[in-house]
Amino acid sequence: MMEAFDPAAVNWARAQFALTAMYHWMFVPLTLGLSFLLAFFETYYYKTGNPEWKQITRFWMRLFAVNFAIGIATGLILEFQFGTNWSNYSWMVGDIFGAPLAIEVLFAFFIEATFFAVMFFGWDRVTPRFHLFSTWMVAIGSSLSAVWILVANAWMQRPVGMVFNPDLARFEMQDIGAVISSPVAVNHFLHATSTSFVLSSLFVLSVSSWYLLKGRHLRLAVRSILVAAVFGLLFSFLVILSGDQAAYQAARFQPMKLAAMEALYKGERGAGLVAAGLLNPDKKPGDDRPVFRQAIHFPYLLSLLANRRLDSFVPGIDDLVYGNAEENIVGVTEKMALGKEALDQLTRYRRARREGNEEAAAHLAAFKKVEDHLGFAYLARAEEAVPHVPTIFYGFHVMVALGFLFPLVFLLYLVLALKDRIFRHRWLLRFGLLLVPLGFLASQLGWVVTEMGRQPWAIHHILPVKVAQSNLAANTVQSTFFIFLVLLTLLFIAEVRIMFNQIRIGPEEK
Amino acid sequence: MTALTRIWHFYRDGFRGMTLGKTLWTVILIKIIVLFGFLKLFFFPDLLGTRFDNDHDRGAFVLEHLVESAPGNRSRP
Repeated sequence: MMEAFDPAAVNWARAQFALTAMYHWMFVPLTLGLSFLLAFFETYYYKTGNPEWKQITRFWMRLFAVNFAIGIATGLILEFQFGTNWSNYSWMVGDIFGAPLAIEVLFAFFIEATFFAVMFFGWDRVTPRFHLFSTWMVAIGSSLSAVWILVANAWMQRPVGMVFNPDLARFEMQDIGAVISSPVAVNHFLHATSTSFVLSSLFVLSVSSWYLLKGRHLRLAVRSILVAAVFGLLFSFLVILSGDQAAYQAARFQPMKLAAMEALYKGERGAGLVAAGLLNPDKKPGDDRPVFRQAIHFPYLLSLLANRRLDSFVPGIDDLVYGNAEENIVGVTEKMALGKEALDQLTRYRRARREGNEEAAAHLAAFKKVEDHLGFAYLARAEEAVPHVPTIFYGFHVMVALGFLFPLVFLLYLVLALKDRIFRHRWLLRFGLLLVPLGFLASQLGWVVTEMGRQPWAIHHILPVKVAQSNLAANTVQSTFFIFLVLLTLLFIAEVRIMFNQIRIGPEEK
Repeated sequence: MTALTRIWHFYRDGFRGMTLGKTLWTVILIKIIVLFGFLKLFFFPDLLGTRFDNDHDRGAFVLEHLVESAPGNRSRP
């Protein structure tokens, strides 16, 4: 007998996963980006033989180690939650996620057990060339290790290369190449790594700004700024390009997410992009209330971003929920009927199989025709297909604003550092102290938009989050949520204290 | 000295020579103990793994959940 479905348990399970994932993502971007900055610093040392570059490399390597040590294994907590809070989902996607996650663990272990050790212990034990090679391998390996989890996440947003096995209730991998090379996965990787590189560059600018304000370690600070500003500036452009591509892909594969990002309720041709706006909190799908209290639009830009054509039609939330015959858009209401048909055929197939009935094959064939809409069977109302618009709209616009601010900051730091005038601009250095929290805010908001924007789906259009969860009581999940909150907060305080302490100590004497 | 001995000495001397690393390893060990010795053991069982003996039963359970979870479907076979 199935336990009664408890909607509160879904929310606690989601909150717990979000808490852990956001905490995990405090460390991952710094690991990805700092590892490449270390490789650049050490390459300068290798090329010039100047011991100052070695001192710079070793200093940032120490901060990298603090970040890595505190962040290590936080991802494991997510995997525990898969087995407990999301056991149904975990079972269903095990065949798809198993291979990428196993490769990630093996890869990470291989890299960490070998090149990490050489990077930290090998300064005077291996040749400079091999040490440099190891540092580069740590950087490349860390990024490659991130590929797999991003492939798994991209598959949830755009499921490809699999087939649903109705006997085992599992998605089975049919084409691993299609899963790995999915355009959404490739762009996911480019965007996540480039934003991580930008965040790490902001971290270096922040710490260096603090040294300049304090009048300490001036040469280390200026040299670090020069490298980080160039690195950050270059990857800021990749962030913008891959972000644009993500919006283009959302228009193709997740139009509801794009409509929520722009709070576009009524689709239009030549749609404008919101530069800034204050939402009307009373607005609901299908009503005639105004969407915004105040808003400024860039005319035609949303159509251009979504379809690469100024006069193209961009569907709004109402078009996607209720359908738009003029634009050939099938609404959620219609898809719910197809979903119910899929579920009905699945139920009949299951019963026929159990009874050894010959009709099983016919029910399976009927199910296969509409299986792509299975998830819609679980919606009670069409409006349930709409994610939480204010969170996604504001999250998206703050993230984009910061994404355009950062390259200007990198450029300013670079020019002033090159002209040796950065010391005079204390306002910039004070502002530089805010770059770490701003960078983390943008990075976290990126994931908020990505994950909240795909709601209510765990697997796009196939499995809603509320069906993906385990049959647990809300108070069970609630209690572990608070255990995690306390544990992760303590770990975070520990990291910040160790990190601040290391920054206060500064680089080793030559 | 064999290659294996050299590698052993490399790691041993590296760990012995750590300063900040000792604090970090302490943090890592505490975390691993809390994760595996406490959370995983008492709070995070693998539900399907522990409840059922084979994949067929796990699949049947999830399939039943899929069918029963739809609105108004509680009484379906």
